[in-house]
Amino acid sequence: MIQALAFYLFAGVVIASAVMVIMSRNPVHSVLWLILAFFNAAGLMVLVGAEFIAMLLVIVYVGAVAVLFLFVVMMLDIDFAAMRAGLVKNFPLGIAIALVLLAELLLGLGAYGAGGLELGTPDGAAMTNRPGVSNIEAIGALLYGRYIVLFEIAGIILLVAMIGAIVLTYRGTKPGSRSRQDVGKQIRRRPEEATVMKNPEYGKGVDL
Amino acid sequence: MDFASSFALVAPELVLTAAGLVLLLVVAWGGDKLARTVAIIAAAALFAAGFLTIPGLHSGVDGPDSYAFGTLMKIDSFALFAKALIYLAAIGALMVAPAFFASPAAGKERGMRAEYPVLILFASLGMSIMVSASDFMTLYLGLELNSLAAYVLAAILREDQRSAEAGLKYFVLGALASGILLYGISLLYGFTGATDFASVRTALDGDLSTGQLFGLIFVMSGLAFKISAVPFHMWTPDVYEGAPTPVTAFFATAPKVAAVSLTARVVFEVFGGQVLAWQQIVMFAALASIVFGALGAIGQQNLKRLLAYSSINNIGFILLGLAVATADGASAMLVYLFIYVAMSIGSFVALLMLRSPDGDLYETFADISGLAVTRPAIAWALLIQMFSLAGIPPLLGFYSKFVVFQATVEAGLVVFAAIAIAASVIGAFYYIKFVKVMFFDEPAGLVTGKSGTAHWVLLALCAAIISPLGYLLTPSLTDLADKAAAALFVAI
Repeated sequence: MIQALAFYLFAGVVIASAVMVIMSRNPVHSVLWLILAFFNAAGLMVLVGAEFIAMLLVIVYVGAVAVLFLFVVMMLDIDFAAMRAGLVKNFPLGIAIALVLLAELLLGLGAYGAGGLELGTPDGAAMTNRPGVSNIEAIGALLYGRYIVLFEIAGIILLVAMIGAIVLTYRGTKPGSRSRQDVGKQIRRRPEEATVMKNPEYGKGVDL
Repeated sequence: MDFASSFALVAPELVLTAAGLVLLLVVAWGGDKLARTVAIIAAAALFAAGFLTIPGLHSGVDGPDSYAFGTLMKIDSFALFAKALIYLAAIGALMVAPAFFASPAAGKERGMRAEYPVLILFASLGMSIMVSASDFMTLYLGLELNSLAAYVLAAILREDQRSAEAGLKYFVLGALASGILLYGISLLYGFTGATDFASVRTALDGDLSTGQLFGLIFVMSGLAFKISAVPFHMWTPDVYEGAPTPVTAFFATAPKVAAVSLTARVVFEVFGGQVLAWQQIVMFAALASIVFGALGAIGQQNLKRLLAYSSINNIGFILLGLAVATADGASAMLVYLFIYVAMSIGSFVALLMLRSPDGDLYETFADISGLAVTRPAIAWALLIQMFSLAGIPPLLGFYSKFVVFQATVEAGLVVFAAIAIAASVIGAFYYIKFVKVMFFDEPAGLVTGKSGTAHWVLLALCAAIISPLGYLLTPSLTDLADKAAAALFVAI
């Protein structure tokens, strides 16, 4: 009973906030609605017993992806009104794509329901949860046990990506440039070097 | 399989990882002035890693003993053969780099970036993971490690527009291909329930279902992009032309070896029970690459673009060996790969020696006309490379084509061999055009600059390998290739 109630609550909020993502006029509000949708999707995942995916949703999507969105929205000068102007023109195309996706979903589900698709493990049995082991524990045991070497390789890939980003963008700092911080110099600085008292004439402005 | 014995099997990869990480720290603190030292140490590490492959290569390891980390990696003699080739090619790319980056050809930013050798090391690490993958996850991670390093290497001359364009093109198309490959892998996983090659193969026994067939086609398409086989070759000429020439030499050799070996492993170990399903795909890609590589090269004026088409053409012959789907074909493919690496490195090193007195590089036909008068040694070396690429006896390029055709004819695929021979005759046109321009045209007198010892050593070595002297190598090469190919067919 309480599960069904929670499901309808989470599902309802997900749909409502997803609608608000595209309806709200302020892009920052859109991103905030998106974050709400992610949180409630995480709640849905907890309900079906996939707490690992729920945590991923919160940590990766809310913690990283949505915040990145927020940064992009706030820092880039994107004219969202102009982007929205094409909505009516592109509406039929959008509807067509949505219908195609819907048809694909229905086809896939129909085929699966009719037994046309054989999904599963090589011996034909479905994966089962071991009793008493939460799925975070099970995933951790696999990730840091059997697949540890893949985990390490993934780490090296991220390192290479970082090297690449730095190699391609970092242009070095010249001594004395503003982007290099010299803590000693900052501390040695005295108030009398940094500030001057001026008594400007009325209506003339300051000449520094 | 405990961790200790797994680590012993992946010793070359450990050497490369350790060297890469340590050198990265050296680079972080030392900066670009240490670039040359870092390159030398990186080459030494690659050499050491190559040395570690020798014992296994000789004894011919295969079967269950070659598995490392459960069933994630398989270090059999096939993987070792490919690794040795990859490391050699990477050393070549390191040897010619400092002189190139110091020349005016490198544009506004003179001097080698110290990260270049580090990226080459990590790319080689990715490739050696690729060739020893026996699980789709290992395959994908190795491929991505190699590709990411390669995208950065292509764009490493930031001030040069062509280099940046090459990097971006390679990145976008490479990401698309990775997506296609990954989609295929996910379909195979969904319809077989496993990611390791042996289990997938067991699950694929019998008739392929539609989903499995889609998975196979997507995986083959993704791999075809990585080896730049027609019809997934469009990026090759642009990337090869735009990337700095030492990087192009690297792209034309090591990643090709890795991706071809990976393809061979996938078709034999995963789709081994479904030969009819993939054979027509590989055969089409092989013949289309041979024909298109030969025709596309004809109008090219830029030598790097021409060599790009030549590499597409050569990949066609390599795939022809694969399409035969026998151990003989796979062995012929490996022999061809070895000779192809020698020919490619030789040709690109020769291109890197076409310098003006102040060190700028020439890369069009007009610049090298009459090269035989001004720089006879380079002209003769290029003549050997080009005749060998065209497959003219007695050079070793003839032998490599011969073994592939032999395997094809023995498997009863005479028609395909005939098409390939016809196309290689067309292809001979532009290789011979090189010779005509160098030896019989009015000297342009542009190429007068001097080149360093490293270039001469590499060029002499490659020329010696593909000269008739190389036939002394063929018995041991064939022996190693047979052992390596046999490892692919060991029943698991």
